[in-house]
Amino acid sequence: VIRGFDRARQSGAVDVVVIGAGHSGLAISHYLGARSVDHVVLERGEVANSWRRERWDSLRLLTPNWLSTLPGYGYSGEDPHGYMSMDEVIEFISAYARFLDAPVRTGTTVKSVSTAAGGYRVTTDQGAWHSRAVVIATGACNLPVIPAVAQALPKDIAQLTPANYRNPGQLAPGGVLVVGASATGVQLAAELQRAGHPVTIAVGEHVRMPRVYRGRDIQWCMHAAGVLDQRYDEVDDLRRASRVPSPQLVGSRERPFMDLNALSSDGVRLAGRLAGIRGGKAQFSGSLGNVCALADLKMNRLLMAIDEWADGHGRVADLGPPERFEPTRVPQPPILGLDLREIRTVVWATGYRPDWSWLDTPVLDRKGWIRHDGGIADAPGLYVTGLPFLRRRKSSFIHGAEDDARDLGEHLFGWLGALARRRAASIAV
Amino acid sequence: MGTQQTAVDNGVDVEALLGAREALTEAPEGAKFTWRASCDWIRGTHSATTVKGFFGLGEEQSHRTEFRFDSDHPELFASDDNGATPVEIVLAGLAGCLTAGIASVAQNRNIQLRSVKATLEAGMDLQGILGIDGDVRNGFDGIKVHYEIDADASREDIAALVAQSQKRSAVFDVITNPTDVSVTVA
Repeated sequence: VIRGFDRARQSGAVDVVVIGAGHSGLAISHYLGARSVDHVVLERGEVANSWRRERWDSLRLLTPNWLSTLPGYGYSGEDPHGYMSMDEVIEFISAYARFLDAPVRTGTTVKSVSTAAGGYRVTTDQGAWHSRAVVIATGACNLPVIPAVAQALPKDIAQLTPANYRNPGQLAPGGVLVVGASATGVQLAAELQRAGHPVTIAVGEHVRMPRVYRGRDIQWCMHAAGVLDQRYDEVDDLRRASRVPSPQLVGSRERPFMDLNALSSDGVRLAGRLAGIRGGKAQFSGSLGNVCALADLKMNRLLMAIDEWADGHGRVADLGPPERFEPTRVPQPPILGLDLREIRTVVWATGYRPDWSWLDTPVLDRKGWIRHDGGIADAPGLYVTGLPFLRRRKSSFIHGAEDDARDLGEHLFGWLGALARRRAASIAV
Repeated sequence: MGTQQTAVDNGVDVEALLGAREALTEAPEGAKFTWRASCDWIRGTHSATTVKGFFGLGEEQSHRTEFRFDSDHPELFASDDNGATPVEIVLAGLAGCLTAGIASVAQNRNIQLRSVKATLEAGMDLQGILGIDGDVRNGFDGIKVHYEIDADASREDIAALVAQSQKRSAVFDVITNPTDVSVTVA
């Protein structure tokens, strides 16, 4: 069998192993395929697995359909200004895998990646691969982060995370504490309040932005003004920039401004960051006013950048007049304590972290994060993709995968070429 | 070093601070500090607290000199008023911390400060500490900090300075978030 043409092989030698068949892994596969690089894409479940199993029912993408593009591929449906449901995302990514005819091995769970002669050894529950390079495309959202304070919660309070929350029907009647005010936090708070639960949301640092600005989707504005193209080597504090919570947006036809003011108007109670649990009470930080002031300032800075872009690029006619929004209304006095007897369920919308427990290559820093420079890991031939602000501000979005995958593909191709030249030279000697 | 950076001088050595940040990112053990104070009762509600030594960067450190803070209660509580009340010292700590933060952030953002004035106000219902009403807490029912800042910057930039200073303030954190306090007796 000629190597590279046995499409069913489950083990053996290959130039590149890509781990994960989500949009990021497939985008890499596109560039590898275009250069005829022999590779496989290993997938523990099915294509777009996390979108199939770890998302709640009402979730839709935060980006409009026209912006959902992958290398060589785009949205071709009839609702370019809509926002994909999870079924639509799964179909979109699956269709992309078929379009690429990507060498995906589904139902293949990676057990370990370790360095080996000439590259890496990747063991799976279906066999082992030996490769010159490995691209980790398992994403940033593998394990829900639950703060240590959760251990102090009374046992009769149910706990959910965005990974196992599906819909309000799962919850017992009664009060809900949503911890975290990212896109996830505000969406779940709104959904649960509408379903009749009295909701309190604990708010730390968050990102406020209107769904529609000057008559256009905010994603259109940011895309057009180049805000999302800011590179990872252009920001002051990349570590911080890569941990910014997702913007308070919701993908829905009504395009509501899903900010804390909207939640307040719906009857959701705002509290500060959850700071402790003591004596049957949840304690909230007194910093709510400041985190709201910070979010308002940052939102206004974004809107100002969009206005400046519009003025400077003759796009004023395409847009409505500049707008400024009411500052976030902080309750006076703010809630500093909450009797937990009022709460039946806590929803931890406190973020995710990657699971790299199968990685046996010494590239993790003391905090357990892969040491890398824009996705080029601190180990020759090892790459990581699909992380927030990997190479650009847009890296966390589906449409951010294209530029990142092209850059990493170029680097990877150069690496394979250098290896080949070195091998040829050693044979010539 | 561009001329832009040398033009702004708030008396903060930002290069040193950024250098420390980098060094302590590499060697996080050095970042673990311990602050200390010792307090002697003098008479009545009058006590004197002094600070001198502290631990940081892996070893014992010391202030240039010992600093002393007298605390007492005012005469209307039948005290001798030999010093600020302890709660006023808390306000001094908060103001000092936030204002130091404003100067540092301003330096880092190339903003020249001309004057920074903070006024602080904290409400307290004495029914708490006097044990009159169990529903009233001992401490402040809130703290209001008001800044008047004259600087080479827009209103928004000044607001951002003040917000960022709160975000990075130790005393703001100590006051706004619960802290475990253990008090023991020899």
